[in-house]
Amino acid sequence: MLRRRKGSEPEKSSGGDSKDQREDESKKEKEKEKEKEKGKLKSTKKWSCIDNCCWFVGCICSIWWFLLFLFNAMPASFPQYVTEAITGPLPDPPGVKLRKEGLTVKHPVVFVPGIVTGGLELWEGHQCADGLFRKRLWGGTFGEVYKRPLCWVEHMSLDNETGLDPPGIRIRPVSGLVAADYFAPGYFVWAVLIANLARIGYEEKTMYMAAYDWRISFQNTEVRDQSLSRIKSNIELMVATNGGKKVVVIPHSMGVLYFLHFMKWVEAPAPMGGGGGSGWCAKHIKAVMNIGGPFLGVPKAVSGLFSAEAKDIAVARGIAPGFLDADVFGLQTLQHVMRMTRTWDSTMSMIPKGGDTVWGNLDWSPEAEYSCNPKKQMNNDNKTADQTEKGSLGLKNSMNYGRIISFGKDVAEAHSSRIERLDFRGAVKGKNFVNTTCRDIWTEYDDMGIGGVQAVVDYKSYTADSILDLLHFVAPKMMSRGDAHFSYGIADNLDDPKYKHYKYWSNPLETKLPNAPDMEIYSMYGVGIPTERAYVYKLTPGAECYIPFQIDTSADGSSKDTCLKGGVFSVDGDETVPVLSAGFMCAKAWRGKTRFNPSGIQTYIREYDHAPPANLLEGRGTQSGAHVDIMGNFALIEDIIRVAAGATGKDLGGDRVYSDIFKWSEKINLKL
Amino acid sequence: MASILRFRKLCYVEPVKCSSLGFESFETPKIEKKDDRGAVKAVESTVGEKQKKKSSKRQPREWRCMDYCCLTVGYVCTAWWLLLFLYHCLPAALPGFQVPEAPGARLRREGLTALHPVVLVPGIVTGGLELWEGRPCSEGLFRKRLWGGSFTEIFKRPLCWLEHLTLHNQTGLDPPGIRVRAVPGLVAADYFAPGYFVWAVLIENLARIGYEGKNLYMAAYDWRLSFQNTEIRDQALSRLKSKIELMFVTNGNKKVVVVPHSMGVIYFFHFLKWVESPPPMGGGGGTGWCAKHIKAIMNIGPAFLGVPKAVSNIFSAEAKDVAFVRSMDPGVLDSEILGLQTLEHVMRVCRTWDSIISLIPKGGETIWGNLDWSPEEGYNCDLAKKRYAQPSLLDSNDTNSDGKMEFQIKESVRYGRIISFGKATSQLPSSQLPNLGSKDFLRTSNPTKFNSLCSEVWTEYDEMSRDGIRKIAENKAYTARTFLDLLRFVAPKMMQRAEAQFSHGIADNLDDPKYAHYKYWSNPLETKLPDAPDMEIYCLYGVGLPTERSYVYKLSPTDRCKSIPFRIDSSAEGSDGGCLKGGVYFVDGDESVPVLSAGFMCAKGWKGRTRFNPSGIATYVREYRHKPPASLFEGRGVESGAHVDIMGNVALIEDVLRVAAGATGVEMGGDRIYSDIMRMSDRINLRL
Repeated sequence: MLRRRKGSEPEKSSGGDSKDQREDESKKEKEKEKEKEKGKLKSTKKWSCIDNCCWFVGCICSIWWFLLFLFNAMPASFPQYVTEAITGPLPDPPGVKLRKEGLTVKHPVVFVPGIVTGGLELWEGHQCADGLFRKRLWGGTFGEVYKRPLCWVEHMSLDNETGLDPPGIRIRPVSGLVAADYFAPGYFVWAVLIANLARIGYEEKTMYMAAYDWRISFQNTEVRDQSLSRIKSNIELMVATNGGKKVVVIPHSMGVLYFLHFMKWVEAPAPMGGGGGSGWCAKHIKAVMNIGGPFLGVPKAVSGLFSAEAKDIAVARGIAPGFLDADVFGLQTLQHVMRMTRTWDSTMSMIPKGGDTVWGNLDWSPEAEYSCNPKKQMNNDNKTADQTEKGSLGLKNSMNYGRIISFGKDVAEAHSSRIERLDFRGAVKGKNFVNTTCRDIWTEYDDMGIGGVQAVVDYKSYTADSILDLLHFVAPKMMSRGDAHFSYGIADNLDDPKYKHYKYWSNPLETKLPNAPDMEIYSMYGVGIPTERAYVYKLTPGAECYIPFQIDTSADGSSKDTCLKGGVFSVDGDETVPVLSAGFMCAKAWRGKTRFNPSGIQTYIREYDHAPPANLLEGRGTQSGAHVDIMGNFALIEDIIRVAAGATGKDLGGDRVYSDIFKWSEKINLKL
Repeated sequence: MASILRFRKLCYVEPVKCSSLGFESFETPKIEKKDDRGAVKAVESTVGEKQKKKSSKRQPREWRCMDYCCLTVGYVCTAWWLLLFLYHCLPAALPGFQVPEAPGARLRREGLTALHPVVLVPGIVTGGLELWEGRPCSEGLFRKRLWGGSFTEIFKRPLCWLEHLTLHNQTGLDPPGIRVRAVPGLVAADYFAPGYFVWAVLIENLARIGYEGKNLYMAAYDWRLSFQNTEIRDQALSRLKSKIELMFVTNGNKKVVVVPHSMGVIYFFHFLKWVESPPPMGGGGGTGWCAKHIKAIMNIGPAFLGVPKAVSNIFSAEAKDVAFVRSMDPGVLDSEILGLQTLEHVMRVCRTWDSIISLIPKGGETIWGNLDWSPEEGYNCDLAKKRYAQPSLLDSNDTNSDGKMEFQIKESVRYGRIISFGKATSQLPSSQLPNLGSKDFLRTSNPTKFNSLCSEVWTEYDEMSRDGIRKIAENKAYTARTFLDLLRFVAPKMMQRAEAQFSHGIADNLDDPKYAHYKYWSNPLETKLPDAPDMEIYCLYGVGLPTERSYVYKLSPTDRCKSIPFRIDSSAEGSDGGCLKGGVYFVDGDESVPVLSAGFMCAKGWKGRTRFNPSGIATYVREYRHKPPASLFEGRGVESGAHVDIMGNVALIEDVLRVAAGATGVEMGGDRIYSDIMRMSDRINLRL
């Protein structure tokens, strides 16, 4: 391709040449008409292949420019006219609608972005990152991933031992609203919400994006960047400059856990905490409106850590699936991704918490009777009527969701008594002789050896409790790092002094909510989308340099209404977070005065039933329930704006539930 | 947009290249061929046939024209892509061209690391502004930059753009329904426009020694508002206070180093007073706040005593680049795209910006000189250039300075007359000037409104009668003091708004309770420095560039309605070596701020323990001699002394870095002076 373009240079000159001559001829034309013919004859002869190519390119370019010009000249409201012409008049965006109702800015708003959605920029890098100073490495166009993939991976990885910056590299979060308004050009995260808040009068001084480095553990954001101190200081400032109005906090996804951590941190005494003293939350926070919060973790995190295969644990995967799955790094994309993500402590914050009590054991799980196919009708119709009937039907083919990882489809479906399991915990990890060549990519699987891998497979199936042991077995270094920062259990006695340590702060089952009876906690999430809940794994065939396990995509359920598809058991949720994780705390564990919620903070559940966009013009839809797209859901935005403008949960109408969350919560036997 | 421009450029270049490449080899044989064929054809064809062919030929001929167009475009495109591709393949540094090492990298090797948190305070014009709420015409611009960035909206919808940047005429705040806010964060002023750095170079060098988001803060504020209004509307001062306190605490109780630039200097000066004042008006930090939180203030290009440019800007909207806007796209402002009234529109917009008033020269005739005297007289423009160019001659100049002085007194420039009408007036001794007191024309107010037609462009000149205008011109010359009276006459509403926010005098008694009002806080001659003996104040500025100091005006020739009645008399030129060029008298400075304004406070007003500086804060003057970039590769130069380009001056960056890493002024070598600032300061008779 390139060579041909080069070749066109001399040809081009002849083209220009003939043109010149043509002009000369045109002078003579009036005198000698014959010349014309000659000119024509000659030029038709001279059309060569390259000329044709260039002619073609020229045509395309001119048309392109013409269209571009038209596009730029087009009035900004033109697409809207078209949409309205096709679909009928659009509803007002919630900001405009509520402004007409007379709502104005009242409480300052704090956004806490989740994992992956926040931008990261380079402040110091190695040689290969020249010229990228203060350019986004994460977020934006991701142009560098394609240009220098290995350099990019190197910079995005953290230190393996400390979970902090590797020497000589400083990647820092982008600050301000731009950090997470758009993840990539055109792919909004917070932008729609921001725009609607601005309609009722919000601006920079009343909105704050609590951007933090989502790769590192929550406490490390404070140690390295003082992110928690900044949030504290900014909230205090906003409360002070807005006439003592408390803030409304809107965390999303992992930001929910991050803010939970913050609420404990800010009231804890100074060396480990923020020294705000008890009552800080009561004084400064009006409401916490959690959007799609993985309070109890997400099963996706397990598969992500175990085999780097979590289908879109990140949005990244959804955006560029081809890129991650293809082998741009020289056949080892997944390994590189795994090595990189395993250095990110934050992914460990989302390992399912609460163990078998919450997520179910080998034979039982709270969602067991959930049936995937009728779900859609059920969500739309009034469902309580045929509950019993469906229950009996469900018993027959109830899913063993408790087995988060099973090896082989038969294992996933067999009764627990029929599974022979060999304990892997004591298994000797043999030296892996085979893959000295794979050394450059460090995934801890290299250290496991064949014996270790076989031991893992022999245990057959893993529940939420044994998943932790499994991860400790396959990735001891990562988990030892993670154990210092996160905990996944259930507290027996919340007053035990050990729970003063920060590693418990992001686990709602091991912390008490702050003493702030006037505060409100909302759990807002989408429902109606199949969400990963449990996996069927298999050994990777011929795995020397590869990750030894992979999801068995051939495992599909037999009956029509099965929940097993492509090796994944799915359940109701928002595509990332299962309903159980997002709703349980607000539906049961924090409802009323419990030991997790001693001051009786009000909790509300607001579910948003997923409706896919009606047509392409709607983009990602205004009624979406998907994990990120829900940020553009008009109903959700309206709820947020109302609360920000002063409404309480009761004014909104209390709970709004479409899923079976209350029924499932009932089944969980947790001391409250 | 840029790519299209580039493409167009290529269009012009390409054909030439093509022909020059190909001509010698191909031309001659082709012509021969053609002739041969032509001859054969000529024999064969008859007249009738010819006409037939002519008609049938028309269709393909048109085709060919289109084809050729496409062909050319195609060639150009492919060539362009090829070049672009090669350009991207190019290594970052060309082998032959050695990139000078960044001062940050050098100092890092010396072992400097981040110590004190750094606060950057941008000046006027350089900060970005974005739209939060607007009229229907601004649809789709939500959170897009109206100011800064590519300025494309000026071209697309100029009137809409002007409307949104204008502030309310009475309050100096937002007009109803429009909210334009400062862009926050480092992006606010790192680049003013793509490729035109302001703070970016400094930020990059700070990052080299370990600075990052947590210890580097850009105190962006809406530079159109008066300083106190930034607090009232946006709580900008409170934010700054909170941020400084936060950085102080989270960085191990290390005091901050503040680096304000241009108008940011007086903004931060306002902050110093605000933060220690009690709550309703101030920030309630209490005395000692500054001593506790601030290590040093490194003022870059400070406009402490105002700039004469602001005068001409307000008076006739003609300040040659009071902003860079003018230098960046002079065509836009001078041409008349907005329907023949560009300047009037600009004036109307600028006059709603209170901040410009903060830049009017302060200190009156004591500082800026009266009709006959000025501190800078004796400055020789031509000589100055020579001296800067050949520093070795400095000694010889000094030895015969007596002779030089004599020579100059004869034709010394009367800089004190900031505005004179007519070149002759600017040079006459004061006894020959018409003795018309400034109060005189104030009495002849209540002018009749005679041109209601012109009311759509609101400049207060419309409300002035021809009589008033003539009177102004008759008064001939204005000094820094009488100029304020003049402004009150020509723009009473603006001055009424502004005088609630700013003051331009000199305090007799600084303990007078009236000085507790915020309008005095940004005037260094009417406030005391805070009680912070360990703090350091630096004045860092460029010298060696001619800087506007006073103007020769004339009445505008056209009597057209709605036009501004005064113009700089650009035909007024001084004799050889004179400081008068194009109606403007020049003096030493950094192109925007004269040395006097930038250096006087540090050189004299605050030096030692004075009544303006009761706690004896140490002050240092650091001047940077301007050197134009040696080659095009250097861009805007690494040794520039120009007002904004100085932010890329390696010597200045090194100074800032050293102080940020813990050095004191004494360690850096104290004062570094190239200009006559000490001598000029001595001539100013100000009680200290």
